[in-house]
Formats: sequence, structure tokens, C-alpha cells
Amino acid sequence: MAGIIGYGAYMPRNRIKVEEIAKVWGADAPSYKRGLMLQEKSVPSPDQDVITMSVEATKHALTRAEIDPSKIGAVYVGSESHPYAVKPSGTVLAEAIGATPEVHCADFEFACKAGSEAMFVCMGLVDSEKIEYGLAVGADTSQGAPSDALEYSAAAGAASFVIGRDPGVAKVIETYSFMTDTPDFWRRSYMHYPRHAGRFTGEPAYFKHIMGCAKGIMAKVKMEPKDFAYVVFHQPNGKFPQRVGKMLGFTKEQIDPGWLSPTLGNTYSGSSPMGLTATLDVAKPGDMVLMVSYGSGAGSDGFVFEVTDRIDEVRNVAPGTRELLDKKTYIEYGTYAKYRRKIRMGE
Amino acid sequence: MSTSAKYWRGIPQRYRLEAEKCTDCGAQFFPPRVVCSGCGGREFEEIKLDDRGKLLTYTVIRVGPSEFCEQTPYAMGIVELEGGVRMTGQIADVDFDDLEVGLPIKIEFRKIREEGEAGILCYGYKFVPDK
Repeated sequence: MAGIIGYGAYMPRNRIKVEEIAKVWGADAPSYKRGLMLQEKSVPSPDQDVITMSVEATKHALTRAEIDPSKIGAVYVGSESHPYAVKPSGTVLAEAIGATPEVHCADFEFACKAGSEAMFVCMGLVDSEKIEYGLAVGADTSQGAPSDALEYSAAAGAASFVIGRDPGVAKVIETYSFMTDTPDFWRRSYMHYPRHAGRFTGEPAYFKHIMGCAKGIMAKVKMEPKDFAYVVFHQPNGKFPQRVGKMLGFTKEQIDPGWLSPTLGNTYSGSSPMGLTATLDVAKPGDMVLMVSYGSGAGSDGFVFEVTDRIDEVRNVAPGTRELLDKKTYIEYGTYAKYRRKIRMGE
Repeated sequence: MSTSAKYWRGIPQRYRLEAEKCTDCGAQFFPPRVVCSGCGGREFEEIKLDDRGKLLTYTVIRVGPSEFCEQTPYAMGIVELEGGVRMTGQIADVDFDDLEVGLPIKIEFRKIREEGEAGILCYGYKFVPDK
């Protein structure tokens, strides 16, 4: 049976508050904060991207996994903001951790669920005994167009998982996917910013797919919300994961440990995976954890994990997700615009 | 002109901090050398440098090259890693008021530069405060 052998997260130190963005565009900050349940978001420095964050998150995952990186047989990075259009982010990651050259490598893309895709595929390869260990990363430095609602949430972060066979820190009890063609959010070739379908991104997109996936996987394992210690949903803002959790019958106490978006923002492919790393930071042996990702376009991957005794041995050997979240430096909109290359420079 | 070949040759050092240790006198070298400057030995074992150390000296660049204009002002420093190797690099994520000799440092993987709009992206190590 496949399991998570090691896990790690990483996020930039820069933060920008909702008030700072709203001030520039003449928007009403309190209504954004109340409506989206967002306070601030992470912002990458000019020298940080999906590749650098993936490497740092993976260093933490390998510290917890305590394995020889050369035994990793697959490196998959899921993102919608890969630095290269052609050249896999995973090539740099695999080289940086010493996993080359006998390793399969690919970049995945499925809006915000590219990271859970990487996890899903690694688990299948481990279960089929094609590889001993696989590395699955979800990372993004996504952008929202200036003044668009997405600008208040599009953030940066990464989560990395070493997937292998037992014993790990969490056994994979079940996986499940729920996917349809739903054009709620997209970015065409050569376009800098994504487009979205406004309120259509809610009920027929996020809520339908997360509900469908959560109900489907719980039926598969014959479990109910009360059987789980924790649940993690994709977090495009602060409001949606709390709302979908309530609709499914989960309590705030089950959701809150992995609910990072109010002070982190939406880290896209890193979102639910980082929620999982934060949850593993506090989980106890024997706890059951449900994770359901969501990627626009649209689909959800569901995972049921059972936390093992090893969590207590490795939890504190690398930085915790909320420990990283607490290290921050606030920046103004001008610095944010410079860092995110929203200013047209001379040629 | 692309510097792919030059960049590629430095990957073991830039990405993984691979260094060498003289098998005769134990001196560590980064990047690797052919002859030990301590004892003249020519036999080395490959080692991986520790990713933590302390700041020996620093300066703040306020007028940088044009390709670093997004990061100006930024700090540069010489760090001595545990094991004795000294290396030069950029100090990221630091408040300049916190810069002081002896500051604990750890190494992070960062983008060093871009070869223009269409060239390769060059990655490597930078220093960040270890706190």
C-alpha cells in the first residue's frame, strides 16, 4: 500500500494585505475581507518561482522521509506557473536533490489540482511497484490581473510529498477522481493573466466537483464526515472551503488546522497539498484525514489517509507549515507590482 | 549568446553544493580543485557542504547591474559554512538592520539570473538569515 513517507511545505516571506490592494483600486477592503474571508496573501520575490519553492519544500520532505534521493523513481511537479513553457520544472528539481539520472520526470497542469494529480500518479506507480519512491509537488506563483478579484487571492507556495510503500507517516487508504468539462477558469496560450467566469466558478464548478468527489470517496470507503479527524479542501479563498465543509457535514474543528488561505491566499496547485502538510503537522497516529483538491476546468482528486505512528518521529525535524506562515514581511503595492512584473520597463 | 554549457558545468556546485576534501590534509574546496593549496595533494573525496554557516562580512548594493534592478538594493556577503568553506553570494530575505558579522545563515535555492526574456533561467544558492 502506498503512503506518504515525507512531506514539506515552503512559501515566500513577503505578504500583502487586502487593504493595500484595495486602496490602489478604490475597492472596499472590508467587503472583500468579509466576503472572501481573506486578510493577506504571500508574494514571491523576484528570485523565487515554482522551481525554487519546489526545491525548498522537497528539502523539508526529504528531511522527514530520511531516504536516499537516488532511489526516487519519479519526479512530478504540478503547477500552472511553470517558469519554462518548454523544459520541465522537474528536471531542475530532480537535479537539485540528487535524484538524476535514473528517474522519470514530467510536469503536470490542471489549474489548481496539478499537485494532487502528481500525488495521484505517484501513488499508482508505487502501488504497481514500478517505482520504490515518487516525488509529488504542487507549487504555484499564480497571478491575478490588476484590480481583478483574483488579485486579492492569487498567492505563492509549494508542498512536496515523498510517496512510497509502508511504513510512512500516512497510509493512502483510497483515492478517487471526479471530473467534467466545465469552463469556469482558463488561460489561453500566450496570455499573461487567466480569465474566469465570475460566479459560475462557484456552484457548478468548485462546489459540484468537491461535493461529488468527497461523497464519492466516502462512499467507496464506507465512511462519514464524523469518521475523520481532519478534512482539507482546495482553498481559492477563505470562504469556499468552510462553506463546502459545512455543506458536507464537517465541523470547523475538522477544517481549521489545514485552513491556510485567510493569511496565505490561494496557492493554486499548492493549496490543498499545503493544507495537508499543515494538517499532518498536528495529526496524531490513527487519525483519518480526507483531502479533496479542485482544479478549474474542472475536477477534484480525493484521498483518504490514515496517519501512522511515525508522524511523531518526523513532525518536528523540518519546519512546520504554520511556522513558515508566521515568518513574514509586509510589502506595499508598489513593491508587489515590481516583484510581480506588473510594471512596463524600458527596453 | 547562450551560456548553457557554462551554466550546466556548474550544476553540481550551484544546486547541490558538491565540494572536495583533500584526503591528505582534510582541507575542503569549493569549487573543486586539481591540487590542494594546503599540502599539494592531488587525491580528493567528494563531499556535500553543510547548508548552514555564519556571515563573515557583507555589503549592500544600491546601484546594481540593470538585470538586478528588481532586487536593488540587495545585500552580498561572504559566509563561512560549518566545515570551513567560505563562499560569496547574495543575502536574500534580510532586513538590512539585521545584517551583522556572525549572523547565522542558511542556504536556499533561488533563481540567480535570467538570460533576458527568452534565455535560460539560472538557479543556484543564496543566503538567508537562519532564524
